Amino acid sequence: MSKLNELFGQQLHVVNFGIESFCDDLVSQKVDAIHVDWKPVAGGDPVAASNLRKLKKPELASKIDAANREALQRILAAKPAIVGLGIAGEVIPGMTQKTILHAGPPVTWARMCGPQRGAVIGGLIYEGLAKDPAEAEKLAASGEIKFDPCHMHDAVGPMAGVITASMPVWILENKAFGNRAYCTINEGLGKVLRFGAFDDEVLTRLRWIERELYPILKEAVAIKGEIDVKVLIAKLLQMGDEGHNRNEAGTSLLIRELVPAILRCDRTQEQKLNAYNFINGNNHTFLNISMPAMKCTLDPIFDIPYCTVVATMARNGTDFGIRIAGLGKDRWFTGEAEMVKGLYFPGYEEKDAARDMGDSCITETGGIGGFCMAAAPAIVQFVGGQVSDSIHYSTKMYEITVGEGQSYKIPALDFRGSATGIDLRKVMETGIRPVINTGIAHKNPGVGQVGAGIVYPPEECFKTALAACAEAWAK
Amino acid sequence: MIKLEVKKNAYYDSVTLMIISKEIKKLNGVSEALVGMGTDLNKEIAQNIGVSTPELDNAVSVNDFFVAVSCESEAAFQAAIQTVEELLNKKSAAKASAYQPPTLEGALKIDPALNMAVISVPGKHAADVAQSCLDNGINVMLFSDNVTIEEEKALKNYAFEHELLVMGPDCGTAIINHVPLAFANVVKSGDIGIVAASGTGTQEVSSIIDQLGGGVSQVIGTGGRDLKKEIGGLMMKLGLDALRNDPQTKVIVLISKPPAKEIATEMLERAAKAGKPVVVCFIGGDRKEVESYGLVAAVSLEDAAHKAVALSRGERAADYTGFTMGEQQAEKQAKSIAGRMAKGQQYVRGFYTGGTLCDEAMKLMIGSLGHIYSNIPLHAEDKLPDAKGGKSREHTFLDFGDDEFTVGRPHPMIDPSLRAERVVADGKDPSCAVIMADCVIGYGSHPNPAEDLANAIQTAKAEAERAGRHLCCVCAVCGTEGDPQCLSRTQKQLEEAGAVVLPSNAQATRFVARILANLRQEG
Repeated sequence: MSKLNELFGQQLHVVNFGIESFCDDLVSQKVDAIHVDWKPVAGGDPVAASNLRKLKKPELASKIDAANREALQRILAAKPAIVGLGIAGEVIPGMTQKTILHAGPPVTWARMCGPQRGAVIGGLIYEGLAKDPAEAEKLAASGEIKFDPCHMHDAVGPMAGVITASMPVWILENKAFGNRAYCTINEGLGKVLRFGAFDDEVLTRLRWIERELYPILKEAVAIKGEIDVKVLIAKLLQMGDEGHNRNEAGTSLLIRELVPAILRCDRTQEQKLNAYNFINGNNHTFLNISMPAMKCTLDPIFDIPYCTVVATMARNGTDFGIRIAGLGKDRWFTGEAEMVKGLYFPGYEEKDAARDMGDSCITETGGIGGFCMAAAPAIVQFVGGQVSDSIHYSTKMYEITVGEGQSYKIPALDFRGSATGIDLRKVMETGIRPVINTGIAHKNPGVGQVGAGIVYPPEECFKTALAACAEAWAK
Repeated sequence: MIKLEVKKNAYYDSVTLMIISKEIKKLNGVSEALVGMGTDLNKEIAQNIGVSTPELDNAVSVNDFFVAVSCESEAAFQAAIQTVEELLNKKSAAKASAYQPPTLEGALKIDPALNMAVISVPGKHAADVAQSCLDNGINVMLFSDNVTIEEEKALKNYAFEHELLVMGPDCGTAIINHVPLAFANVVKSGDIGIVAASGTGTQEVSSIIDQLGGGVSQVIGTGGRDLKKEIGGLMMKLGLDALRNDPQTKVIVLISKPPAKEIATEMLERAAKAGKPVVVCFIGGDRKEVESYGLVAAVSLEDAAHKAVALSRGERAADYTGFTMGEQQAEKQAKSIAGRMAKGQQYVRGFYTGGTLCDEAMKLMIGSLGHIYSNIPLHAEDKLPDAKGGKSREHTFLDFGDDEFTVGRPHPMIDPSLRAERVVADGKDPSCAVIMADCVIGYGSHPNPAEDLANAIQTAKAEAERAGRHLCCVCAVCGTEGDPQCLSRTQKQLEEAGAVVLPSNAQATRFVARILANLRQEG
């Protein structure tokens, strides 16, 4: 009896590559059959395929596998917590009066997109470095201002992501590793600095945040003590949020943590009520918590030798950049940021939109956001889709990650831990790019959000990163 | 006019409302619309797009749902309100589609019991995909062509050693454990096992077995090059041995073009030791050699089916070269058809979607004709230089599944339109007497392959009639009653178009030979 005779005694379980109708025929006959959505390795790019082969040589591959397992362990072991608030210039490493931090990979003033320029102008006026927009533009172009990515300073910023020295920031700490991450207080929707608005209304709100809201929140966190954000994220995924584009549950959970402490602050009733109303009135308050939480979760994986896990994804409305854990913090791999596909608010359409922008895709990098789209059925229609689409998006991400989460679980996937630890090699091999849920900014400064949808990093980032890995490690 | 409708304390998800806004804007008589909750942001948007009212600004709270419309008339507004209601209450009826993993790894996570892969990716990638399946202990049916012989050799060496199947490359047909794979027919289960190096040949044999009331245990494809010296018949050996050891198989059928001499010897020796009756159909091959090993030689695909069914019933296997309608009836009909033809009509044109069927027809007919010109000629000197672009020459047979016709388009069994065009074109040729065509049904094939052919036949016959000629079209349908397209329904479709439909490719060929013989007698 050969193994073939054993097959004759079994039920057939078929996997189909290529012509899909062959699989449909089998399914119609109630045969167990799976169609593989097959694509040639590296999209048929011979250079990328060759680099991939180099990294797949057994000796190197086992080093990479071990490094990636280590990275996953560190990501899963992370314990992000809110430990306080502070002023950017006082707490963020390397921050100076004339430094402006921005979202995404490095970019010059000349190449900045509209909303990011608007935010820089607003930031300079807010800091008192310029008295009006014209003066701000001149200063920005003068070379006197140091522009640097938030990511190079343990910080993250949504959309334009502008952080200046006087801005109050949340301070998060990864209690397992001791590293910190910083992020501003979310200003709300509409005309706000992160969408490039810089008129008086915006600046007045920023000053109110600095002078009124910040002291209360700082005092409240001091009274309350550390807030375990890992638990909050685990909970919000059970409550219809995914931690990037939908933050209603997260914001509510944060309020439950903070309000008793706010009530005990040494402030007037009106001040406390205003603070409460502000964070309660903005569904995205929690975005500025989930982002630094994922930032401090991921930073400890840098400099694991041979690690191909994506440690950063970030965009500035001009470029999309990624960093690979094993290649270090200084090496960005970039490509042109793509247009977001999605649903526009009434009165707007794609021609109004800026390119993909912001550090918020740190959430996907850490395994939430788009990777947990199946947890947030309320927003799947941003992609014109059905709940089943959202399940497909989340399920597909397991194909490109090192493993699965232990705390961040998706109810609709039978509480499966979310896909975690994007492996550069798998992205190139499968042609599946990480899916990012995101807001869409108007291309002109100051108009604000015009829609929301999904977007992917450009393939170019991964191709150049792969080539760099092959060059660094494959002898 | 600007109209506003408010529902107090009604919550709807903002995304749903954004989509509804878009739909409402498309309605006749509506120029702008905003459907939303009364948030400050929405009020601001209403202002921006010009549908704001004092009531919206002052009386609508964040917990209220509103519909603000800029429209031509009260009627347009009412229509908008009604549409909003309908859309809010609409439930998705679409059923969730199955998740398609992008890799084998992903598929194995879903079903670790995978044991058969059907691979039809472009040839240059096919060997890699096949090898990764074999590495995971999964049998392979390799439909892809353009796989090099070196790749085939490497795959089959590995598979043979691990007792796994590599059916292919360029293998179109298999039925494993009664599951038809790729291009295969719904054949009753039974005790006849088939190992075959030919796709449509296998479909013809297995379908006729079914029509005769028999059934199959396994149908194993090997791909057309398996019996070449370079491969050495590895898969035919593996398949033959498995069928020998298979208690469900009582009779074995081997189908192939005549293999290289030493391979043929090796296969026949192996078959002779099977301990079960073996019918060998080396299409157009030497029957004496087969019989010298004590094996049963078949003279056609149809004959192989008849003999296998007879043997499985414990009956004697006699050659079948007759007509289902009877000798006399066939001769009478052929004579009558020939009698209606105009002077000068003397050639047959065979237009095939199945390569083996085309080959078989030429082999069965060549004796009386001398030359048959083709893109897959029996003799090299009869090769048509430009089969696709050029004209037919005297007796011409074309395999529309050959590379020349399939560049940049699907196989003619999936898309039979090129063949249909050729039927019409050659019907205009005054020297053309008979057009022969196959029609292969079953899984994988076009959902109604007879339709194009029937229309072409009707057109061609009518045009010939107008030109004072009688054009005869002879067809054979390869398939079974159980096929999704249904054998009898397909035959009826072709008959209604005026075709003479015979029950097998061999009978169709013999029938055409009789028409041509009658024409020669008259001429």
